[in-house]
Amino acid sequence: MVQIAADALGCQVKPGGLSGTPSHTAYHPRWYRERVSTYWWLWKWRYLKFVLRELSSVPVAYFVTLTLVQVHALSDGPQAYADFQRWMTHPVFLTLNAISFLFVLFHTVTWFNLAPRAIVVRLRGKRVPEFLIAGSNYAAWLVISAAVAWLILRS
Amino acid sequence: MAETIKLEVTRYAPERHQAPTSQSFEVPYRKDWVVLDALNYIKDNLDGSLSYRWSCRMGICGSCGMMVNGEPKLTCATFLSKYAPGPVRVEPLRYFPVVRDLIIEMTDFMAKLRSVKPWIIREEEKPLSEGEYLQTPEQLDTYKQFSMCINCMLCYAACPVYGLDPLFSGPAAIALAQRYNLDSRDQGAEERMGILSQHAGIWGCTFVGECTRVCPKHVDPAGAIQQYKLTAAKEWFKSLLMPWGAK
Amino acid sequence: MAKKPIEPFLWGLFSAGGVVAALLIPVHLFLFGLAFPLGWLTPPGYESLRALASHPLARIYLFVLCSFSLFHWAHRFRYTLYDGLQIKHLNEVITVFCYGGALAGTAAAGYLLWGLR
Repeated sequence: MVQIAADALGCQVKPGGLSGTPSHTAYHPRWYRERVSTYWWLWKWRYLKFVLRELSSVPVAYFVTLTLVQVHALSDGPQAYADFQRWMTHPVFLTLNAISFLFVLFHTVTWFNLAPRAIVVRLRGKRVPEFLIAGSNYAAWLVISAAVAWLILRS
Repeated sequence: MAETIKLEVTRYAPERHQAPTSQSFEVPYRKDWVVLDALNYIKDNLDGSLSYRWSCRMGICGSCGMMVNGEPKLTCATFLSKYAPGPVRVEPLRYFPVVRDLIIEMTDFMAKLRSVKPWIIREEEKPLSEGEYLQTPEQLDTYKQFSMCINCMLCYAACPVYGLDPLFSGPAAIALAQRYNLDSRDQGAEERMGILSQHAGIWGCTFVGECTRVCPKHVDPAGAIQQYKLTAAKEWFKSLLMPWGAK
Repeated sequence: MAKKPIEPFLWGLFSAGGVVAALLIPVHLFLFGLAFPLGWLTPPGYESLRALASHPLARIYLFVLCSFSLFHWAHRFRYTLYDGLQIKHLNEVITVFCYGGALAGTAAAGYLLWGLR
């Protein structure tokens, strides 16, 4: 009985791992439990999309590293910053930047689309429809992006 | 000869088999048949030893959940015609231990449901003479979606996090907790938060979102879990800013 | 009172970082990573960019952008490793690597931006 309760609470039992031969008895049933493959996310597009969404965090960290290097170059003087700008034109960095940009866009879109599910806004007792919340997220994104771009390009 | 469709059904007899195998059956193909009708045909006409759970045949009881072509489905609401010309693969719900053929062990699920205290908790019951606890339509509306769950466990079979970590409370249990938290008559939110803010409670969830997609009752457990996380985080920062307010 | 769990705090940072990253990183990465190097747009000169970045508000902005994004990465990457590779037994190592990385990055950002004049 203790054994059964432990299994039920999720203690891992390897397939066929209890013994070499079937040991089923009426009062000690032998359940079959399949192990989840390490690559469970590979064989289904929706799961793969989920893992790609989660992996967008790596380009985010890459961007921060790049930005910190840029700030470092800025404070080191014109020569260092010119070097930084020259690296950025190297095909390796251009490729990394392009891939990262796509991942970050994917993050933005999925983040805004999922946010209304976590944030419930109620107006006069009625839940505000999801597309309105997502829509205002996108609007804020456009306005803020335009403002940041304007500030940088103007200087 | 009438048209037929092939069903590949998982068979597992613990007293004879080391591991589940698949067995093929040819059943009549009828446009108005669901997968459960085909299973019933097999049991009645081809192999009476086939074991599976079912009851209401109308998407209410939640007992006929199985994997159909790799997707968790209520077999009473999944038409054969969707998979024509076949074959149709019918397997027991994923991530649960298999007892026999298509029957899974659900003790773990039942324990998890109970662990979140899914009943109305009152600090103090008001006396009968004061009448019932009234609720406005708006108050009902805040939790109604989460009360539609029929415990069919499709969301667990869709949740890779549950598959990887069997200690994870899982979609239905957390949605059910949220159903009571949002109920205007309930005062047990804090008690439930203590249970679910454990690591195995809500934090294991990474918002895969599959639970919501497969839910036949549109409960949106994934949304419930994120809302719960947001509440937990808000409470955390609130108690940081106002430690004297914390109980 | 029971010991305060750390998860709500880390998740709060993850979410805040997710919002910051979603709103701000695309435009930054597009400009400095693609548009300027490829010559689609004329980049600002060194002096003016330095003047812009060393404004106190800009330094706070960049600090928030870097730090929150890193904590977003730390949380998400930790769970990606757990779920995607099933290496939960390396729990401690992963936690130290992710949050340690985020803390180190935050310290570096603070140091660099403080010194930017």
